[in-house]
This record gives sequence, C-alpha cells and structure tokens, in this order.
Amino acid sequence: MTFPFVVPAAGLDADVRVRRGRFDLDLPLSVAPGEVVALLGPNGAGKSTALRLLAGLLPLDDGRVSLGSIVLEDTKARVRLPPEQRQVGLVFQDYLLFPHLSARENVAFGLRARGADRAGARRRADDWLERVGLADHASRRPRQLSGGQAQRVALARALASGPRLLLLDEPLAALDAGTRLEVRADLRRHLADFEGATVVVTHDALDAFVLADRLVVLEDGQVVQAGTPAEVARHPRTDYVARLVGLNLYRGRADGGTVTLDGGATLSVAHHTSGEVLVAFSPTSVALHRHRPDGSARNCWPARVTELEQHGDVVRVRLSGEIEAAADVTALSVAELGLEQGSEVWAAVKATETSVYPA
Amino acid sequence: MSSARRPTARAPRRTTGLPAPLVPLAALALLFLGLPVLGLVVRTPWTTLVDVLTRRESLDALRLSLVCASLATVLCIALGVPLAWVLARGDFPGRGVLRALVTVPLVLPPVVGGVALFTAFGRRGVVGRPLDEWFGITLPFTTTAVVVAEAFVAMPFLVIAVEGALRGADRRYDEAAATLGASRWYTFRRVTLPLVAPGVAAGAVLCWARALGEFGATITFAGNFPGTTRTMPVEVYLTLQRDPPAAVALSLVLLLVSVAVLAGLRDRWLTSAR
Repeated sequence: MTFPFVVPAAGLDADVRVRRGRFDLDLPLSVAPGEVVALLGPNGAGKSTALRLLAGLLPLDDGRVSLGSIVLEDTKARVRLPPEQRQVGLVFQDYLLFPHLSARENVAFGLRARGADRAGARRRADDWLERVGLADHASRRPRQLSGGQAQRVALARALASGPRLLLLDEPLAALDAGTRLEVRADLRRHLADFEGATVVVTHDALDAFVLADRLVVLEDGQVVQAGTPAEVARHPRTDYVARLVGLNLYRGRADGGTVTLDGGATLSVAHHTSGEVLVAFSPTSVALHRHRPDGSARNCWPARVTELEQHGDVVRVRLSGEIEAAADVTALSVAELGLEQGSEVWAAVKATETSVYPA
Repeated sequence: MSSARRPTARAPRRTTGLPAPLVPLAALALLFLGLPVLGLVVRTPWTTLVDVLTRRESLDALRLSLVCASLATVLCIALGVPLAWVLARGDFPGRGVLRALVTVPLVLPPVVGGVALFTAFGRRGVVGRPLDEWFGITLPFTTTAVVVAEAFVAMPFLVIAVEGALRGADRRYDEAAATLGASRWYTFRRVTLPLVAPGVAAGAVLCWARALGEFGATITFAGNFPGTTRTMPVEVYLTLQRDPPAAVALSLVLLLVSVAVLAGLRDRWLTSAR
C-alpha cells in the first residue's frame, strides 16, 4: 500500500438496532461527507453503544451500516467487516493512548499497522502532531501529557490512520473547564477540515451546539428529536432537550390563541393554532411579582418558590404551582421581592414571549 | 499515582491486640524458615569455598544448570504466553478444565512428573516411540531431557503469571488498535504483549527459578551424567553424600541466585503493579 492514500469522502448511512435485556437501541442515522452530527442524550441513552456498533466493536442485532458504496455491516446479507477493516476512526472518551508508546508512535500506529514503512509513518505522524500543535511533544509518553494534549494526540492518531468515518465519544468530557474551551475550538477547526462524515457523542449541549451541524437527540435508545442546533434550541420536543437548552416546555392542546396544558392550566399564546402542541418560553421571559399584576395580555398564575440558585449574574427561581416553571431574575429582584424558599409569588409571561409548535 | 499516596489520616490504633497464642507460633515459623538459611551461611567453609566452586564438576553443573534453566524459560515463554492468552481471552467450553490441567504440574510430585514424561517421551512413550523410530531421536538421559523436565514443572508459573496480567490488562486498548486498522496479530505484538510485559517478566523469573532448582523430574527423566544432565541440585545432592562441607558451599551459590531473583522480582512487582 502506498502513502498517503487518497480516501474519497463518503457519507454514512446507518440503521442500527440492538437489544440488551430491556434496553432497545434503534438509531437510523445518515451523515453526509464533511458533516458533523452530534448524538446528544443523557447517560445510558445508548450513545456510546451506537458508536461501538458503527466502529464494529459490537455486532448489530439487526440493521445495516454503509459508508458510501461500501457495506460495513448488513445483518440481512450476513455481511460484517471487523473493526480493523472499516477505516473508521474512533476517539475514545479516555483516549486510550497506548501507554508504552510515545505520542509520535501512537499517531504512527495506524499507519504502521496498515503497512507503512517506519520512516514514512514517523514523518506523517510528525505532520499530524504539528497540525494539532504538539510537534514538540512527539517523544513524550501519554502519562507525560496533560488532558488537553492527550485529547489532541488521540484525535491526531485517529485522523492519521486515514478514516472514512470519524467517531468521537464524549471528546471533551474528561477535560477541566478551562482546557475545554480551548480544545473545543481546536476540535471544531479540525472537524471542519475533515472531509468524511463525523459523529460526535456528547451529553453536553454546548459541545453539541458548537461542534455539530446537526443534532440527533437520543433518549432510552430512541431518537426523540433531530435537526439543526438552532431548530432544536428553539423548539425542544422533550423535557430533557428543554432542560438542555434552558427553556420551559409544556405539552397541551391549542384552540386558537389559548393552549390548555395537560395539567389543566391555560396559556395565552401569540401564534394561533389548534391541535396537540408544545409551548416553550425562556426563563428570562418569566416575571415575578408580589401581587397579581395588571394587564390582560399576560399569562399569570400564583406560584411557590421551591428553589433559588445562582447562575452567573442571574438567579434561577424554580416555581411550583399550576404551571411549574423556571424563572431567571436579577439578584436585585430577589432582594426587592424578598424571595426565599416557600415564598408565594405571581408569575407572568407575555403571550408574545411564548413559542408554539405542533407536538 | 500521586493521589493514591496522599497522606491519609493515620489508621486508629487497633483496640484488639494480636491473639496471644499466635505470637510464639509466628516466631517459631520465622525461626523455622530462617534458621536453615542462616545455618547454610554459618556453616559455609569459607576457606575452601573458592576451591570447591572452581572444581570442574561444580563449574560444569553450574553452567549446565544456568543454560538449561534459561532454555527451559525460553521454551516456557514461547509456548506459555500463547497458552495464557487462550486461557485469559479465549471463549470456549471447557476452559476451566483446561486451566486446572495447566496447574497439574504445580501440585504433581516432581518424581511423578519425571515418570509421566517417560510415558510420553520415553523410548516406548506415546511421542517418544515415533520420534525414535522415524527420526532416531531419543530424549531421555540427554541435556534436552533436562530442559524438557524443567519446562514441564516450570511452565505453570509462567502461564499463571501471564494469564493474570492479561486478565488485568484493559482490553479496550486492543479495541483502539483495531479501530486504527491493526490486525489481531499486529495488535498482540504491538499492544497486548507490551502491556503485559511486566507480568511476562515476573512469570519468566519465577519460571527460571523453578527450573534452576528442579531435581526430581530431572533425575528421573534425564538421569545424572556429569556434563550432560547433572545439574546443580543433583550435584549438591551427590556431593552431600561424600563431602558435606562442599555441598554447603554449592548450596550457597544456589541460595545467592535465589536471593538475587527474589530481589529482582520485588523490584518488578513494586514498580509495575499496574
């Protein structure tokens, strides 16, 4: 085999299903060449399992995975390529850099495994280390690298082997907050340069929003929502997604400008529609008052403060009542209203601040 | 890891002391183990030591012992590591039985091992007969037989050590190698084996020490021919019959070798516990 080999960019087309006891994973997933899709979901949603299936580390119970014209696995046709023949790069959450090899040897590993000569593999490994800004760390062992450096070596190692599909499992989860910011920006740049399809698994909304062109939200092994980050952020479809993007979300039935929520309460909305709908509004749209406010264009309801929590320069107030909601208010308001756990308040949201969309 | 060494609050002093009867018994055990070794050192004829050790028979026996133990260790590594891999990673019925079988030479009296080797590799043995008839090769009472006998009793030490290391190794490194395009064989050579190298080294040292001291199976299967099958332990035994002080001197050499091995092992085990 000659190096560097030219790999035509290919899209991923997958429909993977596995059953583990009572857990079912069912994930149809298509990723175009050059596209970055984030698999977003809570712990135990099956995200990492999905990556292992795509990489061939776990067999499918049912389904098909193909990269461009190459079928990696097809349970019906009884095709199954082992991981080493898939040309699928996987960056593990804890990187799994080989501890007995230097950074350079780690990056060169895939090239050497595929038959490149030692000198050529070293040269290409050095190029990759240069690209991730670690040229002067080439001879260090993994334990001599910081978390951020190890992450970049792991990425270089995966990319150097010439993958047609790149999989990243929680690429930033092991990093501290400061490093994370920097590595996230670097990672975004490297993913933009990669011509193949990329799947990033994460439970962190910010990582997903920054890195991905498209989000696929997985809960309990099922896809609950998919779309661009903006779509998902604007119109969350489940409580999990709503919490991730920081919105209050309700399910209800619309009749013109009024939505009757599942709990029985009603909300006035600006957008007239009918049928089963979701209503979302931001915590910053919720105003709190001591007494019932005047003005008819407002939704308002009595509520009780259950929790106060500092979030940067705002205080998030959790409210119970006929409509459970979160409200973001200033510290000054908390003082003026004398808010504390158990305080009785009136919550108000303008109809124009709500967003209504079909359930 | 540094966090593991973080000074922790001193464990509170136990309120219950040692059970009284245990103390003298433990002391007795210590004496029992230590006295013979001490005796060996005390009774060593230091004045004639050099003389005894530079005798032709002594040097022959020592050389033969070192060479045979080393060859046996190489044989054990070459065959034992693959066996350990099969036991640790293989997934097939009867693996438990296989593991039990591997440990049989550990508990088998060495003399019985020697007899067993005869039944297999003796001139009339299951393997020995065709070897003799077809190739004219006879094993018993040759230097090769010494190596075979030593490998037979020592291999379980290596297999058990390496199997333990393989079980302890993180198999996800193998997965990482596979996603990078490495074949199973390449992964084994470049990832799995280096990761368990400390275990292989520890096993090899144990294996070598066991082979060096091997007596029963060797004298049964390989005999006692000066220069070809008379190893140090056999030489010590024979010398003890006619010249006890010389036997003590020879024993001291083996003792020093054992201590050196122990020291090497301790170091290994301390530095590569992971």
